[in-house]
Amino acid sequence: MPTVAPLDLDGHCLAAVFLNNVPHFALADGAVHRLDNGHKTAQANDGLLCTFHDAANDRLLTGGEDGKVFAVKADGTAEQLAEAGRKWITSIAAGPQGAIAYASGKIANVRFADGKVKEFVHPRSVEGIAFAPKGMRIGVARYNGATLHFPAADGKPTELEWAGAHTGIAFSPDGNFLVTTMQENALHGWKLADGKHMRMSGYPAKVKSLSWSAKGKWLASSGAPAAIVWPFQAKDGPMGKPPLELGTRGNTMVTCVACHPSQDVVAIGYEDGMVIAARFTDAKEVLLRRPGKGAITAMMWDRQEQRIAFGSAAGDCGVIDITA
Amino acid sequence: MSDTQTQIPVTVLTGYLGSGKTTLLNRILSENHGKRYAVIVNEFGEIGIDNDLIVESDEEIYEMNNGCVCCTVRGDLIRVVEGLMRRPGRFDAIVVETTGLADPVPVAQTFFMDDDVRSKTKLDAVVALVDAKHLPLRLKDSKEAEDQIAFADVVVLNKTDLVTEDELRAVEATVRAINPAAKIHRTQRSGVDLKEVLDRGAFDLTRALENDPHFLDAHDDHDHDHDHECGPDCDHDHHHHHHHDHDHNHHGHDHHDHAHPSAIHDVTVQSVSLRGGEMDSKKFFPWIEKITQMEGPNILRLKGIIAFRDDPDRYVVQGVHMILEGDHQRAWKDDEKRESRLVFIGRELDAERLKKSFDACQAVTAN
Repeated sequence: MPTVAPLDLDGHCLAAVFLNNVPHFALADGAVHRLDNGHKTAQANDGLLCTFHDAANDRLLTGGEDGKVFAVKADGTAEQLAEAGRKWITSIAAGPQGAIAYASGKIANVRFADGKVKEFVHPRSVEGIAFAPKGMRIGVARYNGATLHFPAADGKPTELEWAGAHTGIAFSPDGNFLVTTMQENALHGWKLADGKHMRMSGYPAKVKSLSWSAKGKWLASSGAPAAIVWPFQAKDGPMGKPPLELGTRGNTMVTCVACHPSQDVVAIGYEDGMVIAARFTDAKEVLLRRPGKGAITAMMWDRQEQRIAFGSAAGDCGVIDITA
Repeated sequence: MSDTQTQIPVTVLTGYLGSGKTTLLNRILSENHGKRYAVIVNEFGEIGIDNDLIVESDEEIYEMNNGCVCCTVRGDLIRVVEGLMRRPGRFDAIVVETTGLADPVPVAQTFFMDDDVRSKTKLDAVVALVDAKHLPLRLKDSKEAEDQIAFADVVVLNKTDLVTEDELRAVEATVRAINPAAKIHRTQRSGVDLKEVLDRGAFDLTRALENDPHFLDAHDDHDHDHDHECGPDCDHDHHHHHHHDHDHNHHGHDHHDHAHPSAIHDVTVQSVSLRGGEMDSKKFFPWIEKITQMEGPNILRLKGIIAFRDDPDRYVVQGVHMILEGDHQRAWKDDEKRESRLVFIGRELDAERLKKSFDACQAVTAN
């Protein structure tokens, strides 16, 4: 039976991550709590809005209401990396060679490791931002589609059009697909080689959480009473194939998903605070945490594949140990 | 279930450039009224107050991907409201200031069409500031000025010191012609009592119209010594002025107020006020749904109180374009006349057809 080490905090948790194997919990007030031989806190933004786990550099990037970008490390330091004025930082991502990207109003900013910042101004708001897994390339989610830039080179951006408001964005780990979350209850995808569209709809609610499984074979998503897991093994992605529906519950919704680092298993967090793990092959489920005070908003597996850090909208966070 | 917090009220402030929005906003932010406001503005501009809770946001109008041209929302508001609501407790209410040329509809619809926003906040009222001196000019050169008035629950007729009493009456008559259901407050230097602007509950079905006992009375009271243009609520001294005969039909038995063309040429918005007896719910609901589906793009607002046959409760409805909401409000009082009243504000409304089809929804008296 898995055990849960709770950490009861006060506020909406935006990110639960392991930095140097230490669980960290970033709250909406900008405080980053960690369980490192006791409960410790580092202060980053005055009002946290977006985070990104920069695995390569073992740090958590944060952007906030104060228009600032911080990098929080396991030693408790919060280093300010950039400032974008009075506008909110609404999306943030980490890329290769220490580069980061962040959105501020209509501008997608890319900050290189040497501190130089390059701005990409869009006609409409930058809703989401992500780096491609290979090469210095970013994708921007915007109204009516997505835009791809090569920040290290000059040149025309690639525009991918699809009507509607695209609010979040993610590349597949192999770089072959680009997927956006939308204002409507759907995902949209493009096969980057030929621009082929992929419509992934049928969700009863907005999709707010996406997670690629090991090697990008599957894409798990929230927004339904079950985790909706789309197959991406084929060269055309999930087109024409139904998704898996894992961990279906009748009385609540999936709010957060986090795929296992190596196996075809997904941790599923629900609106009532429950967490389970479900296996893709046989849909077998294991209860990891009973319902709590708030919707699960963040989850991450540790490198040893033994623990899951989780956070909720009500602040009842914790660490699940599945080996105990 | 995780949202035990109550919904935060949101006031939308519209008004043309120079109408006094910033002055009113500064008062809301600085006066001692015991409430804390988060304010969403397009530009910090002239707000001379430093406050963490002033959020600058680019107006982003998103068409919903459902083929409906009037289903628009403000994408930036969805994001800002979501962010603000992750830290509740910092403020008691939200004010959204729109740009001078803004269409108020997407702002309002955001609070009905986005599930996340809707679960955490509720639209309180749309307040339009109107520059009494420049309104005639504004109406000539922009559709937006008219839309803002047509869409408002509260109209603050500002800068009244810059016009003569006659001019003021004419301007007020224009406002009333565009929107017979709004409350109008005359003021100078945005000096309106903040109570009249904030926490109005104009979209709250349990409160809607509750404070307007004379809702829709304005245009059929011609038998009384009462010929001015202020609507259900006039909060200023009654004063006589010459008739605007366009909205006083003396057809006697006809309780309907036909879509009245305004004396002012530049007004394209019209209102259709309907009045009837008890309604048959089996006829009324399909009718109102059909009307909002078919005529939705032309309907800016609709509001009404409906008396249903064999139903002890008042039923209130309101709508924005194709969005329709209705609920039982409270029991009819013994001394209240059980009648149904409905007003449509919009463009290209077929008053005759609306009236006929509305009448056809009345409950047939069995005898």
